[in-house]
Amino acid sequence: MKKPVTLYILLLALSIGVLFLLNLFLGSVDIPFRSIWNILWGMDEGEPVIWQNIIWKSRVPQALTAMVAGAGLAVSGLQMQTVFRNPLAGPSVLGISSGASLGVAFVVLLSGSIGGIALSRLGFMGEIALTMAAIIGALSIMALIVYVSQKVHGNVTLLIIGVMIGYVANAVIGVLKFFSVEEDIRAYVIWGLGSFARVSGNQMMVFVCIMAVLLPLSFLLIKTLNLLLLGDSYARNLGLNIKRARLQVIACSGVLVAIITAYCGPITFLGLAVPHLCRGIFRSSDHRILMPASLLAGAALALLCNLIARMPGFEGALPVNSVTALVGAPVVVSVLFKKRRNDMNE
Amino acid sequence: MREETIVIRNLSTGYKGKKHVKVIAKEVNATICSGELTCLLGANGAGKSTLLKTLSAFLHPLGGEIWIQGKLLADYSDKELSTVIGVVLTEKCQLRNMTVNELIGMGRSPYTGFWGTLSRKDRQIVDDAIALVGIEGLKERMVHTLSDGERQKVMIAKALAQETPIIFLDEPTAFLDYPSKVEILHLLHRLSREMNKTIFLSTHDLELALQIADQIWLMDREKGVLVGTPEDLAINGSLENFFCQRKGIAFDKDTGLYRIDNEYWMTIHLEGSSERSTMIQKAFRRNGIHATSETDSEISVFVDEVHEEYVLKLKDKEYSRYSTIKELLPNALELLNDRNTLKNKSYDER
Repeated sequence: MKKPVTLYILLLALSIGVLFLLNLFLGSVDIPFRSIWNILWGMDEGEPVIWQNIIWKSRVPQALTAMVAGAGLAVSGLQMQTVFRNPLAGPSVLGISSGASLGVAFVVLLSGSIGGIALSRLGFMGEIALTMAAIIGALSIMALIVYVSQKVHGNVTLLIIGVMIGYVANAVIGVLKFFSVEEDIRAYVIWGLGSFARVSGNQMMVFVCIMAVLLPLSFLLIKTLNLLLLGDSYARNLGLNIKRARLQVIACSGVLVAIITAYCGPITFLGLAVPHLCRGIFRSSDHRILMPASLLAGAALALLCNLIARMPGFEGALPVNSVTALVGAPVVVSVLFKKRRNDMNE
Repeated sequence: MREETIVIRNLSTGYKGKKHVKVIAKEVNATICSGELTCLLGANGAGKSTLLKTLSAFLHPLGGEIWIQGKLLADYSDKELSTVIGVVLTEKCQLRNMTVNELIGMGRSPYTGFWGTLSRKDRQIVDDAIALVGIEGLKERMVHTLSDGERQKVMIAKALAQETPIIFLDEPTAFLDYPSKVEILHLLHRLSREMNKTIFLSTHDLELALQIADQIWLMDREKGVLVGTPEDLAINGSLENFFCQRKGIAFDKDTGLYRIDNEYWMTIHLEGSSERSTMIQKAFRRNGIHATSETDSEISVFVDEVHEEYVLKLKDKEYSRYSTIKELLPNALELLNDRNTLKNKSYDER
């Protein structure tokens, strides 16, 4: 039984469009759909300036960020699961998001105690400092992992080392927290909840542009990932340079996570769940299908979560991390159950 | 056409650590030919897998040279090697959601382009490989639903799709039921002949290998590697010596095969030379009694071919008759035991 792949991909793309519009439509301020449409297409003469501001400065950046971050996390998760041949691997597993957290913790928590200024009061400069700190933290952990990956042979060893590095980073964060003032800790905790709303204006453009370059780059690894599925020995026998392949995949996936975590905070679950979801829906391990599918499904699911987080009634927006897990977990479990039934019927 | 595709000179295999070098086999000198099925035999831990890994370039040799089709193995690039050597390994692929067709298609990877998409020619080659192995029925099955034997055939088809002149297989018959073992070995033998492939495999199935293989490599930690046809190795005593330290195995020079060596404590006379008498011989041997026509004894067994019955005789007189060995055996053993204790008693009395 072959699934109509193209149809499903088209459906996913369509759902992204719908969810994107819904993201613009729903929120604490009611804006009629006509007006949104007019504002989007530049026919905004008659529309109130405040609505224009809400759409252009809040809802569009947030929806775009969610979309791109969701896509990136899903692709990164797919790569990690394939390279480590472990269904529980996700973007956060190698300690890369812990690295970002560590960077942020250093800046947020130390600037208060050493510099005497709470970063939370710095506004725009503070935001940039946060992002930079997260990127530096994530990339240095990633460099460490890449270095280790060239030294150790086994995937499991590397995975365990990654998890250990994550623990160490968290421990250091714990120590930093212990010596920090309450206000800074609160700022750090809020960053750690993850949010698609933090990125605004120019930063959002930078983020989207970086991801627009990185996501297509990860598509270059499709054949490599397909070969890695067979296991190291078979892949090698089919002409793949395992060390280089592993390096490429980890680097690609790691950079994606580093950038996303820097801009949105550590978003969990999406990266782990979306690849499983896609394997369940498409019943395939072929990355030529899974890669675009994960990208689209990741974007769609992130938009959906963002939508739920801002549902009328949840004024002030729920933390994205809570929503991703609450929405995602049942979906994934139901897909896996359905898949098992199909397997048994075969 | 028979050609020496693999030439091994003074090869030592093993593992190189930071401080220690662990040598598994040394001074291996041999050749492997195309159009032949070569089987590598050896006890557990003899270094079969290490040798295979070294030959497939997964491990670096500790010393010596491996020539593949007139070129040093070390001089091949990964890419070139993938079109020369195909492997089938013992490790199970943890593949879900992949069809047999897709998996065999992966064998075309060395030839496909950037995205790994199969051309019409690639698909034809995959279909040919599937037909050669005879697994047309499995084509659309998911790999994780296959049985061990089916999966082994699929991996062989993958190696065929790879179109390499050389195929290495690490214990392809392990975990298979007996008919599947025979089937796989026949298949490989046929492929070596029909496609003129060089097929080299390791196995623990001595009996089968000795019957099907064109060449045998006997591998031992101490004695190194002995190479020859199964028949030559039987005649020159290599096979007999090979397991000589192990108890309970005997080499039968008549058949050129190994058999289980049951020690016996008594010999009895057996009349008849048919399939039935061979089976009686076998059943008695299992119970430590050697039944043969070349000896005389008080108690003997006669096979009555006319009535299809087994006759137990005591001092040449008919004692009892049975229609199955199941009935014959306990009665014969009881009688033998009685006579024996009687004899021992009479010895004691004297």
